[in-house]
Amino acid sequence: MSTPVESDEPTRRDFIHIASGTAVVAGAGFLAWPLIDQMNPSADTLSLATIEFDVSSLEEGAQVVAKWRGKPVFIRYRTAAEIEEARSLDVSVLKDKQTDSERLVPGPDGKLKPQYLVAVGICTHLGCVPLFDPKDTKGGEYGGWFCPCHGSHYDNSGRIRKGPAPTNLVVPPYWYMSDTVIQIGKEASV
Amino acid sequence: MSGQSNYNPKTGIEKWLDARLPIIRLGVDTMIFPSPRNLNYWWTFGAILAVMLVSQLITGIILAMHYVPHPDMAFDSVQHINRNINWGWMLQPMHAVGASMMFLAVYIHMFRGIYYGSAKNPREMIWIVGMVIYLLMMATGFMGYVLPWGQMSIWGAIVITNLFSAIPPEAAGTAVTQWLWGGFAVDGPTLNRFFSLHYLLPFLIVGMVILHIWALHIPSNNNPTGISIKTKADTLNFHPYYTVKDAFAIVVFLMIFSYFLFFKPDSMGHPDNFIPANPYSTPAHIVPEWYYLPFYAILRAVPDKLMGVVAMFASIGVLFALPWLDTSKVRSMRYRPLAKQFFFLFVLVCLGLGWAGAKLPSDLVFATGVDADGHEVGLTFVWMSRILTIYYFAFFLVILPILGLVEKPKPRPASIEASVLGTDKGDN
Ligand code: HEM
Ligand code: FES
Repeated sequence: MSTPVESDEPTRRDFIHIASGTAVVAGAGFLAWPLIDQMNPSADTLSLATIEFDVSSLEEGAQVVAKWRGKPVFIRYRTAAEIEEARSLDVSVLKDKQTDSERLVPGPDGKLKPQYLVAVGICTHLGCVPLFDPKDTKGGEYGGWFCPCHGSHYDNSGRIRKGPAPTNLVVPPYWYMSDTVIQIGKEASV
Repeated sequence: MSGQSNYNPKTGIEKWLDARLPIIRLGVDTMIFPSPRNLNYWWTFGAILAVMLVSQLITGIILAMHYVPHPDMAFDSVQHINRNINWGWMLQPMHAVGASMMFLAVYIHMFRGIYYGSAKNPREMIWIVGMVIYLLMMATGFMGYVLPWGQMSIWGAIVITNLFSAIPPEAAGTAVTQWLWGGFAVDGPTLNRFFSLHYLLPFLIVGMVILHIWALHIPSNNNPTGISIKTKADTLNFHPYYTVKDAFAIVVFLMIFSYFLFFKPDSMGHPDNFIPANPYSTPAHIVPEWYYLPFYAILRAVPDKLMGVVAMFASIGVLFALPWLDTSKVRSMRYRPLAKQFFFLFVLVCLGLGWAGAKLPSDLVFATGVDADGHEVGLTFVWMSRILTIYYFAFFLVILPILGLVEKPKPRPASIEASVLGTDKGDN
């Protein structure tokens, strides 16, 4: 047997080590993905995607909580004074700058329906359901919603005004199927 | 486990086994190892924790025989255990109250470590493994509390899993929370996986406890003087001296445990958890279990979502670095007059944070007057949390590092033996 010569050149053995190491890492990666991905929402959960709601059942000044994908959705019939309050606000004071109109979708006639505000009823801080009570201070200092968990105040457009929540209440995808029926979970197909 | 062995197999069968599987040798050498002769009762909490861990495992496995991890049945199945299962009225609270007792013991155990410098060289790995155990305990306790599927269960789960939504959506925050939930909200899939993990984690804790005790057997215990073992005269064998002392402490601890178990089983829980979970209505005031309250107060002390979450995790993370943050060459604070005072203040601050965590942020600690509308004004709990949070971090990041360099320690005894026999005036 000849003594091995010291050399900086990669040997066939180095090649085998690197190639088999790579194969093991890649193989482990492929194997790990199903183990991780099984925890993601399942097919039946994903398919519970849309609900329909008839807004004509609402009374002025009131709110209804619809259930969509296991989450509460606020549907609120705002009074003229509330709409005016939401519209007149200077958005530069907001943490998450959005005008009231940007938080609405048009009806079948292409015009906004500012009386109906639709928002996911989950505080964008840590997920509690904010309280609504226009007659009482429970709705917070801005006439919208108040989250009791850590004290976030939202206005009647669902915009964050005070407290730890970083963003406005999420507006879910929805569209007016007719003048009075909205479908939540889907955008209008243009 | 270093050095020579204390085991001499006598019978033929012991010799036969020892040559093939030296398990008795392992047991004997674990129990008969030299420990400092001056350990006080603060050193019994490790053994208390070990007993509590076994108790949790046994009662937990029993509860799992009757519990149903389904959103429609979980709440009722826990009531069923309490009302119908033989001895269920005792076994279910044993597990629930036992978790609280275990946290009580672990906090004493950890404060003990900080005070006597047990985390420091050469015991850093004991401490770090201990911190991993503590994190696992927190995760286990959190998921366990979700299982009865009451109002506090679900809302605790919602708030805690939403901590991960502090990661911006662009950086996978939404993907992570939906992955944790197995849906778009905390629901059946979440409950089912929490049950699976709540069953798993205690066994990981067992594994970590073995590492914890293994690491402990390298330098042996620290002791109230903090000085190292120098001669055999400084030590006593763990068995029988400390097995007996530990056993006595365990009995006293179990008596306290029994008091809560039999007379106040619900005192550490929250009445709202007797209302079945409703994902559409948040209780007016949600609070975590008492043992998370200080961290909850830190979370709420910061007005920004991401920074609040960062501060909360940092308050636990900083503990991992304790062995290097406490720069004093003297281990035991018995000989560190300044550190001692800052330490007791730190204990009070932790209790104060716990108090603040249980209150609404806008509640008043005390009133200083009334405003124009006649509402009382004064120090709110959120402001108290802010002040205490600053001290909490300052203790680790400023006070301990600097104090170790500037403080003049009191004279220490020449040896553990000298401190016990009083032949040295250095000890108090
Ligand atoms: C299931 C939980 C735990 C169990 C069963 C456990 C068990 C033990 C036992 C039996 C001892 C030796 C006796 C004693 O010093 O009291 C010990 C020592 C120790 N533990 Fe733990 N422990 C647990 C959690 C923790 C945690 C969360 C920490 C802190 C981060 C920790 C830090 C330490 C330290 C630093 C020592 C060495 C103390 C010394 O020798 O002075 N342990 N543990
Ligand atoms: S969850 Fe609403 S303020 Fe924290």
